[in-house]
Amino acid sequence: MIYDLGIDVGSTTVKVTVLDEALQIVYTSYERHFARVRETVLAQLAVVEEKFGAGEYRVSVTGSAGLGIAQRAGLPFVQEVQAAFGAIRRFYPAADVAIELGGEDAKIIFLTGGTEQRMNGSCAGGTGAFIDQMATLLDLSVQEMDALSLQAERVYPIASRCGVFAKSDIQPLLNQGVGKADIAASIFRAVVDQTVSGLAQGRRIKGNVLFLGGPLYFLKGLRRAFCETLGLDEEHAVFPETAPCFMSIGAALYAAEEKPEPLSGIRARLLAAGEGEGITVGEPLFSSQQEYSDFIARHIRSDLSFENILTYRGEAYLGIDSGSTTTKLMLITPDCKILYSHYQTNNGQPLDIVADKIREIYRLLGDRIVIRGACVTGYGEEMMRAALKIDFGVVETMAHFKAALYFNPDVDFIIDIGGQDIKCFKVKNRAIDSIMLNEACSSGCGSFIQTFAKAMNMEIEEFSRLGLFAKHPVELGSRCTVFMNSSVKQAQKEGAGIEDISAGLSSSIVKNAIYKVIRARTPDELGRHIVVQGGTFLNDAVLRSFEKETGREVVRPAIAGLMGAFGAALYAKENTLPETLISTLVTEKELERFSYSSRSVTCKGCTSRCSVNILTFADGRRFISGNKCERGAGLPRPKERADIYTYKYEKLLAMPSQGQGRRGTVGLPLQLVMFEQLPLWTAFFETCGFRVVLSDRSSRELYFLGQHTVASDTACYPAKLMHGHIESLLNKGVDFIFYPCESYNLDEHDSVNHYNCPVVAYYAELLRANNERLNEDNFITPYLDPNDERTTVRALTRALRRYKLPAFLVRKAYRAGLERMKAYHEDVVREGRRILFDAEKAGKHVVVLAGRPYHADPEINHGITKLLNSLGVAVLSEDAVFEEAPLVKVNVLNQWTYHARLYRAAEFVSERENMSLVQLVSFGCGIDAITTDEVRAILERRGKLYTQIKIDEINNLGVVKIRLRSMLAAIEELQRKS
Amino acid sequence: MKKTFETKPTVDFSDDYPVFTPGMKATHTILIPDMLPWHFDLLVHVMRGMGYKVEVLHNEGRAVIDEGLKHVHNDTCYPALCVIGQYIDALKSGKYDPARTAVLITQSGGGCRASNYIPLIRKALRAEFPQVPVMSLNFSGLEKGNGLQIALTDLIKLAYAIYYGDLIMSCYNQTKPYEITEGSAAAARVSCVEEMKRALDSGTYRRLGTCAERILRTFAAVPVQRTPKVRVGIVGEIYVKYSPLGNSHLEDFLLAEGCEPVVPALMDFILYCVVNNINDAKLYGKNRKAALVYRAVYAWMYAKQKKLIRLMKKYSFEPFHDFEHLRRCADSVIHQGVKMGEGWLIPAEMAALAETGTENIVCAQPFGCLPNHIAGKGAVRAVKALHPDENIVPVDYDPSATKVNQENRIKLMLATARERLKGKQ
Repeated sequence: MIYDLGIDVGSTTVKVTVLDEALQIVYTSYERHFARVRETVLAQLAVVEEKFGAGEYRVSVTGSAGLGIAQRAGLPFVQEVQAAFGAIRRFYPAADVAIELGGEDAKIIFLTGGTEQRMNGSCAGGTGAFIDQMATLLDLSVQEMDALSLQAERVYPIASRCGVFAKSDIQPLLNQGVGKADIAASIFRAVVDQTVSGLAQGRRIKGNVLFLGGPLYFLKGLRRAFCETLGLDEEHAVFPETAPCFMSIGAALYAAEEKPEPLSGIRARLLAAGEGEGITVGEPLFSSQQEYSDFIARHIRSDLSFENILTYRGEAYLGIDSGSTTTKLMLITPDCKILYSHYQTNNGQPLDIVADKIREIYRLLGDRIVIRGACVTGYGEEMMRAALKIDFGVVETMAHFKAALYFNPDVDFIIDIGGQDIKCFKVKNRAIDSIMLNEACSSGCGSFIQTFAKAMNMEIEEFSRLGLFAKHPVELGSRCTVFMNSSVKQAQKEGAGIEDISAGLSSSIVKNAIYKVIRARTPDELGRHIVVQGGTFLNDAVLRSFEKETGREVVRPAIAGLMGAFGAALYAKENTLPETLISTLVTEKELERFSYSSRSVTCKGCTSRCSVNILTFADGRRFISGNKCERGAGLPRPKERADIYTYKYEKLLAMPSQGQGRRGTVGLPLQLVMFEQLPLWTAFFETCGFRVVLSDRSSRELYFLGQHTVASDTACYPAKLMHGHIESLLNKGVDFIFYPCESYNLDEHDSVNHYNCPVVAYYAELLRANNERLNEDNFITPYLDPNDERTTVRALTRALRRYKLPAFLVRKAYRAGLERMKAYHEDVVREGRRILFDAEKAGKHVVVLAGRPYHADPEINHGITKLLNSLGVAVLSEDAVFEEAPLVKVNVLNQWTYHARLYRAAEFVSERENMSLVQLVSFGCGIDAITTDEVRAILERRGKLYTQIKIDEINNLGVVKIRLRSMLAAIEELQRKS
Repeated sequence: MKKTFETKPTVDFSDDYPVFTPGMKATHTILIPDMLPWHFDLLVHVMRGMGYKVEVLHNEGRAVIDEGLKHVHNDTCYPALCVIGQYIDALKSGKYDPARTAVLITQSGGGCRASNYIPLIRKALRAEFPQVPVMSLNFSGLEKGNGLQIALTDLIKLAYAIYYGDLIMSCYNQTKPYEITEGSAAAARVSCVEEMKRALDSGTYRRLGTCAERILRTFAAVPVQRTPKVRVGIVGEIYVKYSPLGNSHLEDFLLAEGCEPVVPALMDFILYCVVNNINDAKLYGKNRKAALVYRAVYAWMYAKQKKLIRLMKKYSFEPFHDFEHLRRCADSVIHQGVKMGEGWLIPAEMAALAETGTENIVCAQPFGCLPNHIAGKGAVRAVKALHPDENIVPVDYDPSATKVNQENRIKLMLATARERLKGKQ
């Protein structure tokens, strides 16, 4: 008997299948390999030998990590999708579509109606690994998470593009006290959305759908999410018993074409395969034990001293840092000795932890110690402050700065790497000069190592310690976790050891921080006196990598992980008034009765439909979070809005008149260039005798409506929203949709050219190519240059030829359009002046929120303007102010209309007191990679702070709020200094 | 426009940068990134003939990418990162005296952010090599006074060099996979390059027919066995399409996999740039006078291409795409107004390749390339509607996208391709 043997080596598991001569499956197995690929395969072969003897086998290898091992061992290899394809055709010929989720790959195979096979793009991230990571975040096993998800009552929107994004959506939900069941279901929903939008790309998933791979086999909740989203009944959703090892079955089928050989031969070849090559390795972190000892001795110098809480008598100050993944508390004496400190992973209920720890502190204090002041910082600041009646709240950047200042009064650079964020501050004249926070994309921070250690079945401490003396640390690149995951995969494929990967990860985190977040070119740019902090730096391997990369000896306080809490305690100490004798903190008695319940509702205060979370405390007090404006919190709305974004949006929505169109209806999608040119085209079509119908307002639902036609998932969110706008117009039954293709935008005479960005200019082409409902008749997209009347009129007449519009009418209408656009723009400028005037009168700070016209869409800016208003800041936009500034000559090629405005807006701001600029950047905007540095340079040359906010589909303002508050705090501090 | 620009008050935030003065021609070595391995052999030879000391960089590896990452905004396109990484890595190697070195980059201009490479390079060099001038090779009037001094005759010579480079590339790719003796195609390439260098020196390069036939004859003489192989077209963003550093040696990878790489001619991209200027005049009435010149240039270049196509057919080689035909291919999928980056050329090449029997296509693009959202990935569905059998794989190139990931995707495409090839036999 000759057996066919299929081996599938995936990113996390090894699957083996044996087929007998009748091609019946006689054996399958599914094992996690924990990066020990070769050993796991060999162990499996031993099992096979035991069961079926050492006779003749035909073998074939497949899988993402199988390629390397197959090549080195000289075994036949078959691409995994191809393997699956073969197995499907044999065992499930009726399938129309197959979806396979693996450890780090997602694949979709369309079998009928034009065969097509797709794998996730390099940005889409893993799925199995992503679920693992999320389970870790929830402190659940994957099975527990799955079971919980089945009890969910509500699904929350979680960004589906990549793991890091999803994580920053989940964390605030956890901190708000949303139940794990709901979050688990939301995570699965996000995986489904990612598959549908990232892979199907314009093709509908319908018919008999086959679900393959481990996660889809083991996770009932994930199955349910798929069936619900795709609208599949039991008959059409097929979950084969063999799903986890399906690829290995396919490989076994392909093995039939190979020559048979004894199993011992196959094993011998695997044994001889060697470790492989092709990975870049760096220097070891420490060359000798002595070097390590010196390093440790140097850092011990920055320790705080302790005071015994059981014997001390006197005053104390409490600091609480309610971070995203961890909670930290510290109680200090007036001379900054530590009485008590605590550091703990949140596990989802930070409020319970803090209440519990305060109880413990009260027990320890007896009547010897009085807490005179308490202060809280971090993500959970407001909630904690309300729940526990804490005296002060301070934005976390300020807390960290205060703490660093204590350790080194000369500090000029602080870097804090925490669980999921990196914060860096430059310090000038003992005030924060600039703040850099990681974008949602590069947060490959501390929790990444943790997840990874867990995947390796190790404690984080042990995992990091291994790295310290690694001989050949692997180079893993310096991008986001998803990229690092596949780099790790490759390193493992090449046979790198765990210690080398551990050291490599430490160095990646450091490089990520320096080159991605800070974007320093040389270490000198960082500063001379660097203080590092955050829990991640307690990891000596990370600390050492940082020192090696920067070539500087830095200060790492022993309380690196507690700096936020320490800073908060210092803040409490500095700000407690001499007459205050005791903190307002909940008393020991009150804590006995302390309990709360949480529920979430959708705020109906306005069209934003914020998802609001309400905590109700035992004493009847309530705390509301998740709201973007005062309404959600049940506060009255201020009478006068100082928000030009909302003003513009409302103006645009009211632009079409309600009349009947003699010639028909035209649909205008309110997105991208229409946010600027809607007045032009409304007036144009109304003059021509059409009724103008606008697409629905942007929302997440609208996005989902068009998601299946999104061709490129790394395009910016405004572009991706466009698909939903088109669908909404098609559903409204307009005669045709109009969206012009404009290589050139209006010339505002301030740049060497006046292009649109490629996405804005030609998005219509992509829409037509990827939405089957669009055709030449219902989607009119003339190419025109709005600066040139003659050719524009010609192009419009031609495009609308079936209406037989006379050229003179088109010309007249076009002129009317330009008039209306001019009037609209003047109106915006006027409103801008009014806001500025009022703000100056009231002594309010003004922020010029500079982005693109389409950032006026509240679904794109996520209500940042309302947030700014609620912080007491008036909001202007770049297009309201740029004309009042002189022209600006910059270092880069200034050739895009919208972007030229940014430079002038920056110059406008830099000439004014009490005004700052915040640049809004859409994730994926390639051109802003160029403008941001220039805008920063303009502002910094004039001594202004530069703040950038990256926005995407993520609808969570937590990070944005911290950033804006830090900016305002830094401005205040600067003003106080001068 | 200029007038208004100058009358308004202007604040100058730009920094000074060193300029390449004519005197530097004698003293400075000019570094060129490894962009077009097939064409630079000849182009560099022409430039040396013009009196420039030119050197093409071939440094590779992690150090190059790391320097790029350090010196460029990480969200900038991958080509910028590679090019700047190569410059800085080379300048740091100690092989070149920074006081006597300049760097050169080609620029095509237009609404793509790639037009900003020169300022990005200047910014990157400022930190460590502020004395190194950055030069531009472009025909759009950018960076005046900081480019090469090219006379019309030199320009014509460069154009010929590109034709010959294209021809050698195409013949080599059509011969190499089928050669009977290992290395004979490579030998033919070397001998052709040397011969063309001599022709460029002697002036006989102007005899397009004679030179082309020499190349064609040399390759036709290589003994081959024409067993059918999977043919894979490479289209996409211009840098990653041609540069081995940018596309992780895609051509070599395909050859190693036993495929015939089909790389469209560089001249098509140049013709595309020329045509865009003509289209701008036609669509928007822009620069109509200049368009007359462009039309003449186009007619001249197109005639040469036609001639080469005729000769390639004569020697039974698969000819270049006829550019007029490419334009018609474009019209069936996308509007010729899509002119940023590689724009309409990408879907046009995909369609033309399918027509000529190359159904398997790698669409290479830098991660997050803006024009490619539209004309690359975005147009695949439209191309497939016309050519349902096309087997297209878009591949993103990026400093951290691992080779294993890229190769896995290409292998998937190849698996389908092989199956189809088997089916046809």
